[in-house]
Amino acid sequence: MAARNRAARVAEVGTPAHVEVGGGRREPVRRWRHRSVRRLSVAVLPAVLVCAMSLAVLIGSVGLRPGDVASVLQNHLLGGSRPVSEVNDYIVWQLRVPRVLLAVVVGAGLALAGAVLQATVRNPLADPYLLGVSAGAGLLAAITITFGAAAVAGLSTSGAAFVGALASTVMVLFLARQEGRFTPTRLILAGVTMSYLLSGLTSFVILRGGDPEAAQSILFWMLGSLASASWSTLLIPTMVVALGGGYLLCHARALNAMVLGDDGALSLGVAIHRLRTRLLIMTSLVTGVLVAVAGGIGFVGLVIPHLVRILFGPDHQRLLPMTMLVGAIYLVVVDVLCRVSIRPEEIPVGVVTSVLGAPVFLWLMRKSGAGR
Amino acid sequence: MTRLELDRISVTLAGRPVLADCSLQVGNDERVGLVGPNGSGKTTLVRAIYRAVDPIAGSVLLSSDNVEKLSQREVARRAALVHQEPVTYFEFTVEEIVALGRAPWQGPFDRTRQVDRVVIREALAQVGMAEYGSRQVGTLSGGEKQRILVARAIAQKTPLLLLDEPTNHLDIHAALDLLELVRALGRATLCVLHDLNLAATYCDRLYVLKAGRVVAAGAPVDILTPALIREVFGVDCVVLTHPVTKSPVLAFSRKTKQDRTPEPEPVPHPRRSR
Repeated sequence: MAARNRAARVAEVGTPAHVEVGGGRREPVRRWRHRSVRRLSVAVLPAVLVCAMSLAVLIGSVGLRPGDVASVLQNHLLGGSRPVSEVNDYIVWQLRVPRVLLAVVVGAGLALAGAVLQATVRNPLADPYLLGVSAGAGLLAAITITFGAAAVAGLSTSGAAFVGALASTVMVLFLARQEGRFTPTRLILAGVTMSYLLSGLTSFVILRGGDPEAAQSILFWMLGSLASASWSTLLIPTMVVALGGGYLLCHARALNAMVLGDDGALSLGVAIHRLRTRLLIMTSLVTGVLVAVAGGIGFVGLVIPHLVRILFGPDHQRLLPMTMLVGAIYLVVVDVLCRVSIRPEEIPVGVVTSVLGAPVFLWLMRKSGAGR
Repeated sequence: MTRLELDRISVTLAGRPVLADCSLQVGNDERVGLVGPNGSGKTTLVRAIYRAVDPIAGSVLLSSDNVEKLSQREVARRAALVHQEPVTYFEFTVEEIVALGRAPWQGPFDRTRQVDRVVIREALAQVGMAEYGSRQVGTLSGGEKQRILVARAIAQKTPLLLLDEPTNHLDIHAALDLLELVRALGRATLCVLHDLNLAATYCDRLYVLKAGRVVAAGAPVDILTPALIREVFGVDCVVLTHPVTKSPVLAFSRKTKQDRTPEPEPVPHPRRSR
């Protein structure tokens, strides 16, 4: 949809900054939700994303001159033939660019999955790992790292992680199912319990393995990292996030209706039980693929949707695309910090997403009075 | 033309019979009340209309079409629901909640259009909350929230309104206001009510449910007799006539212990088969 149309539409539904109500109570409508801010954000956020991506390509653990980076990009994108060293070309085009793109895909996908699941189970604490995706992936990844690929029929770590994610989701869905339907409470209970079970097993595997180096890399994997990015690992996540995202965006209005409860949604024409099953499967698929390539990056899927709700309101037709954008921006920025703050070492992405994001979110939450 | 017709429907939930052989009609512009003790199946009956439960026998006709043959969306174009106040997370504004009423008429990518916005504004004006559009629903009082839900149902532009205990938790002023408002809409309405006096005042006809069966149906003045009240609710009452509205007024007194119909025996929850 053209940004201009969206800006016009946003302007139409914009709200006055203050509303006088009966009884003399005067309620400040959130400054951030003011229509001019909204309209601005629609144009500004994609620009912010592009800036963040450019920055992320320019900065890295190896200091390259901006001119060299630009030359590499020009050679590849515009078919130029400016002289660049092979090493620089490799660093920029084979390492940094895929990594930044993967950050975009993972950030957007996790944030979207979180937003959708929060509405699907009507619980603000839901995140993409609600159905045990990361715990299942973590267990099989741990097994692979500790005992070698032979232990999981020759799968790679990320292949095993994907299998684990799917297996865990299927088990949770099977356990939560009741008369062909999924109720939010049972989904949450089954998911949380399964996550504990699998995490316990993972710890056991790590302890039994007894190899400190393997334990280290399992921990690193579970905290998430975008270091595996390459053009070939980018393909599947991108396709899944694009297709899954498209599907989920189609159901933005139904997600709004779900706020009114199952019966409320039904009476608004949403076939809630069928739709909930599909949304659960779709979000799990997206999350499973992302976990397989990037590990269990926490916080993004839980908090970015809330952040966007504070800024732009809870209407999913606006919330979902905005969540994808903000999630992408956030992960791109965070990944830069991971790469450069203690170079040449890297900090796991999950550490920075939480340590950086939590204070910002808490500040916003208090400032805006969200979560009343 | 009947807006709603239930033809001898039976519903079981988790193996337990909840409704048996219930028939009910709501005609054009008619306000029909549904009363009965707790657990008599009132809410289940309403839920069968918008297909939250499917009857094991009998049929539900909305504007002469069997709901089983209609899509969920088509059902939502024919009957709108106001149910007990839901838990709202995520801080929707009044306007956004009322806009949901347009959902059955919109495609997946439609935004709220000008025509929808007019409908929403009218609906809010009809419930007397035109200035509340940008307020957050969470900041409203119970009565105001209920009005918002009625506005949402109005915005749905259906020929039939279903109200499931809309006056729950409302003070008497808010309750009268709400029912007055529903009456002023002049739309075919099926309303579950706990308060028999409110039901007698605001409904053209009443259906009385007891243990999943319709035990009486008709105009309030004809069916609300001390005998029926004792049989269904197990309390004594005197039926008076309101000096102004001329509708029947029930004045209740203590339970008559010896006559009281025993509580229906709790049926043990059957183990679900896997």
